[in-house]
Amino acid sequence: MLPTIMNYIINPLALIIPILLAVALLTLLERKIIGYMQLRKGPNIVGPYGLLQPIADGLKLFVKEPILPSTSSQILFILSPMLALTLALTLWAPLPLPSPAADLNLNILFILALSSLTVYSLLGSGWASNSKYALIGALRAVAQTISYEVTLGLLLLCIIILSGGFNLETFNVTQENMWLILPSWPLAAMWYVSTLAETNRSPFDLTEGESELVSGFNVEYAGGPFALFFLAEYANILLMNTLSVILFLGSSNTLFSPELMTTNLMTKTALLSILFLWVRASYPRFRYDQLMHLTWKSFLPLTLAMVIWHLALPIALTGLPPQL
Amino acid sequence: MNLIIAFMLMTTLIPMALMLISFWLPMMTPDLEKLSPYECGFDPLGSARLPFSIRFFLVAILFLLFDLELALLLPLPWSSQLPLRNHTFFWASTILIYLTLGLIYEWQQGGLEWAE
Repeated sequence: MLPTIMNYIINPLALIIPILLAVALLTLLERKIIGYMQLRKGPNIVGPYGLLQPIADGLKLFVKEPILPSTSSQILFILSPMLALTLALTLWAPLPLPSPAADLNLNILFILALSSLTVYSLLGSGWASNSKYALIGALRAVAQTISYEVTLGLLLLCIIILSGGFNLETFNVTQENMWLILPSWPLAAMWYVSTLAETNRSPFDLTEGESELVSGFNVEYAGGPFALFFLAEYANILLMNTLSVILFLGSSNTLFSPELMTTNLMTKTALLSILFLWVRASYPRFRYDQLMHLTWKSFLPLTLAMVIWHLALPIALTGLPPQL
Repeated sequence: MNLIIAFMLMTTLIPMALMLISFWLPMMTPDLEKLSPYECGFDPLGSARLPFSIRFFLVAILFLLFDLELALLLPLPWSSQLPLRNHTFFWASTILIYLTLGLIYEWQQGGLEWAE
């Protein structure tokens, strides 16, 4: 009985609750870092160094009155934020840190498939809001997300061929000698930019900061459901960064102290997330057609060539990974 | 019930609980102005269920094709271990080259032009 409870209830919660805490503190980190980059301090009133700011934000959002517009499709309106947060949290299950909460054999495929489902929550929220701003914002967000998913999938395929399987734990073994970013740095660069675009993050955040007043598919959401979207977005940011670290900046799996590997991995994740925030503070927003040009005309041809490259070279130089 | 289903159950229950809290905790005073859709303060002009631009549809179709190509290429980690690796490489590059030819055609015909 106790192993069942431990395995099925406490283990997932032990992963989910720190993630939600990390997400809340990431919002604070973002505001502080962007503030310092703009030569001002971020929030520092609420607690010591502003540490209680996320709690204040959370309380405010949940005490605010949630709007359920009269002309909206109510079930879809309520389900979309729930879907977004559900997916953002479920995607953490198969990540090896170094041992995953749910050990799946086809880790990356699971992650790729579920991250494609977040498109539904974008589309559902835009459609259900029954407002023109929301619909157009949602359509743009969906078009952006699905465009960058193509390159995401093909890039993953390249490094999967180098690594030997769809299991993320083989990436730890692959990177025992050197980080995978060294042989495949163009892939890593394109992957990083694609994750920026996937999470609708600056400079690709057209859908959120479109005309700064009207926030795209979020426009009809207030209070609690908005908080869910917000949490889902930042959880996705952390997830994508953790995935980038596992794939490209592999942590050495020291066999007798796995917590050292977890610390190593999460430190790198934190550094990559700070890079996300640095990029937000630095670059102006892409225009929509520039964004589409980037993926369909710049990234995609290069990615297709990279797939052939990464398939041909290991075969030709007998460098194929061992089959598990 | 295996572990991933249990995990998904947890991650479904938590947002559900948060939604319930957000609808039951605050004091709700709905009035007509608050509940009407937002259009910079005016009454909405026309229906929101308008037909959308064809470019979004085109982008979706392109995504579909490339995703299917990705699905066709998914067995590569295993198929590159087969004894006749030249065949694997040949057929994989055939798929990729066909799709690249399609991309080139579309690019040249202006389908990606302002694929917005």
